[in-house]
Amino acid sequence: MFKLLKNLIKEPMFVIGSVLFLTTILAGLIGPYLYAAVPDGGPYERPGSMYWLGTDNLGQDYVALLLRGLQNSLYVGFMAGVIATTIGTLVGLFAGFKGGIIDDILNMFTNLFIVIPSFVVLVLVSASWSGGRSLTLIAVLIGLTTWPWTARSVRAQAASLRGRDHISLARINGASNLQIIFKHILPYLASYVFMVFIMQVASGILSESAISMIGLGPIGDSPSLGVILNTAKNQSAITYGYWWGIFPAAIVITVIVFALYLLNNSMEGVFNPRLRK
Amino acid sequence: MAQILEVKDLSLHYLTRFGQKIHAVTDVSFIMKQGEILGIAGESGCGKSTLVNGLMGLFIPPLYPTSGDVLVNGESLMNRTPQDIRRNVLSQKVSMIPQGAFNALNPTRKIKDIAADVIAAHSGSQSLSKPEIYDRLKKRFDLFGMETEHILNSYPIQLTAGERQRSVIGISTLLNPKVVIADEPTSALDVTTQKVVIKMIFDLLEKNIFSTMIFITHELPLLRHVAHNIAIMYAGEFVEYGTSVQVVHDPRHPYTKALMGAMLSADADQKNRKPTTIEGAPPSLAKKIEGCRFAERCPSARPECKSKSQNLRMVGERLVRCEYAE
Amino acid sequence: MPSNIIFSAKDISKFFGHGKKRVCAVKKVSFDIADGEIVSIVGGSGCGKSVLAKIMLGLYSPDSGSFQYKGKPITNTRDHWNEVQSVFQDPFGCFNQFFSIRTQLKDAFGILKDKPSKQNIEKRVDEALLAVNVKPSDIEGKYPFELSGGQMQRMLLARIFALKPKVLIADEPTSMVDACVRANILDYLMKLKAELGMTIIFVTHDIGLAYYVSDRIFIMHEAEIVEAGKPEEVTQHPKSQHTIRLLEDIPDINREWIKK
Repeated sequence: MFKLLKNLIKEPMFVIGSVLFLTTILAGLIGPYLYAAVPDGGPYERPGSMYWLGTDNLGQDYVALLLRGLQNSLYVGFMAGVIATTIGTLVGLFAGFKGGIIDDILNMFTNLFIVIPSFVVLVLVSASWSGGRSLTLIAVLIGLTTWPWTARSVRAQAASLRGRDHISLARINGASNLQIIFKHILPYLASYVFMVFIMQVASGILSESAISMIGLGPIGDSPSLGVILNTAKNQSAITYGYWWGIFPAAIVITVIVFALYLLNNSMEGVFNPRLRK
Repeated sequence: MAQILEVKDLSLHYLTRFGQKIHAVTDVSFIMKQGEILGIAGESGCGKSTLVNGLMGLFIPPLYPTSGDVLVNGESLMNRTPQDIRRNVLSQKVSMIPQGAFNALNPTRKIKDIAADVIAAHSGSQSLSKPEIYDRLKKRFDLFGMETEHILNSYPIQLTAGERQRSVIGISTLLNPKVVIADEPTSALDVTTQKVVIKMIFDLLEKNIFSTMIFITHELPLLRHVAHNIAIMYAGEFVEYGTSVQVVHDPRHPYTKALMGAMLSADADQKNRKPTTIEGAPPSLAKKIEGCRFAERCPSARPECKSKSQNLRMVGERLVRCEYAE
Repeated sequence: MPSNIIFSAKDISKFFGHGKKRVCAVKKVSFDIADGEIVSIVGGSGCGKSVLAKIMLGLYSPDSGSFQYKGKPITNTRDHWNEVQSVFQDPFGCFNQFFSIRTQLKDAFGILKDKPSKQNIEKRVDEALLAVNVKPSDIEGKYPFELSGGQMQRMLLARIFALKPKVLIADEPTSMVDACVRANILDYLMKLKAELGMTIIFVTHDIGLAYYVSDRIFIMHEAEIVEAGKPEEVTQHPKSQHTIRLLEDIPDINREWIKK
């Protein structure tokens, strides 16, 4: 484990990615509690010594908004990521390991979900769920519509492991199917699943922003980054030259996703034991 | 006969991610004349496959040359870029037949297209038209005694293991290379297919497609039939170098003796002959090794062997890296 | 049927794939193997020898014909593996790289019907390691990728020494190890045989090895057993065309093999 970490630290992509990511996480987790929001002022005040990033249409401090938005976006991203990765991995593992009819059935389900454009489902459900569209609801929806890709790739990997000698040996050691799946297949895919998870988090954050941009995002008192963008867009912030309404939020989203991509890329070189040697 | 390949004190090393040097090949020297077949034998990890890359001048990290020189027709292959080597040396001067034919062939392309690429890549200024290239291919593949049309128009997966390996040999030798290096070309095949592939190689030699070959394998009895000379490698060094009859029938280095003693044959007297065993494993090449590299496992080692490094010397008309060998 | 018959196969066949791609891997094969015998199944790649071995191991069941272990068909694989165990070809592929070797050797006891106590397991693992000439301290905390191929092959043998099965199916146990180590592995297998009175089935492409170790040799070619007999007869006086071909194709240092 220590060695693994030592290798990771030598990877510039990992260092940059993790520094960026940890910064955003810390900002999102404790930022809203540490930073005392400046009391509301006039609408769209320019960034200055009082409001570092200016104010929004209601005169709220953008720094405080961004920090809370970041927290909410991360929440949606991770929640969606966990849901999609868990379902996808379990379905993929069982389909790949079992093969035969179970594989066929699970595959059919996966393909069914893949052909239905997930964004459209997201839009339709969010639109009809006008009541209490909470962050959690959006996160669950994203998670439930994006797992098939994970399932598909995990299935392919699990199927390729099925015929390996160590699986045969585990079997003649008397291991049960569940033991084989979780002890002898999952560890081989762990790094892969972790990478998939990172990508799911990134796409969860992007999906949430996208759906919020078109006005179907979570409704509540604290906005997500996507909702901030949507509000600014609705107030035609760009047209009036209120750039601070759009760019900071957009940059934060870009930075998180970029950090996650960097992490993902650097992991590949380290997790693969052959590359490690 | 003209001297075609000269290897002078070639040493190669790998550089690991942690900056550690693994000295995979140490001070290998030999000269090959035109028409010679040299067999290099040794067990897994002895450095024979690393040597192959060195002999082609192909240094792709983490492999680096430490010292020494490789000359083909007097032209050095050292200190050249991989691009230069690929364009001007590989296929024409030195060509390789790899072990796993399956990995060597792009599974999404037909044999004829893979082969056509080799010709096109090296045709230089005179660009050939497609029909001309296929015509050349057909003529060449007709020599192999296989169903040319079937082979050329198949994807690698549609061929049997033997056909695939023969296709690879056909493609590797398209440009009549001066030296062919065969790296365990038959290790993945069963004995019957192995014989077919070796027959094809002999066929090509007879038809003068190429004449000089280095044949690398861990199977000594096979080299007895294929090679004129045999070099035995252990832990990155040549430990014995002689004619195939000398090395196989009258080995002098303790390691060669152990290798030969470990062979099992279907001869009548095998039942009464117990194969020799040697315990242990070759030394790690990451550290500098004092003394003889085989000393730890040598059945006839003396106390001083562990500290005294050994040089190749003439014993019974061949080179042996052991001062006590007789 | 005499009581000392361990395996009895009558016209067993095994197919893979469907429709046009259906291939016959084992075709109407019949044999009896007696308790304590060492039998080698020899053939080229794709001849069906490994599939036959997996049928004996109970990992596959034949599509037709009758296959019996000690007079009964294999119904409960756990019971079967309690007595019939195997070593596979690729020692690295056999171990899970995420667990230490010792843990995996201990895991093997999970198949035994009367599972020994924890201390007993530790003791038996130590004994098994010593039996294959490895100091238990040498592999303490080690993972599969930290050992050489020869050492890993011995770990597979240690597993057998620890489990002490009645029957061992060895699928190409020496094809991935070097010649010098091969003789070692064979020594250990013979030691096992002497110690436990085991029945051993060797699956190999190497007829020289089969000749050296076995009481009986089966030659397989294209899913069928084409010749079966004592090693002396099969190697010195082969009857089947395929056996003759197989023997001719081995590069033997004392015989002309190919015309230059």
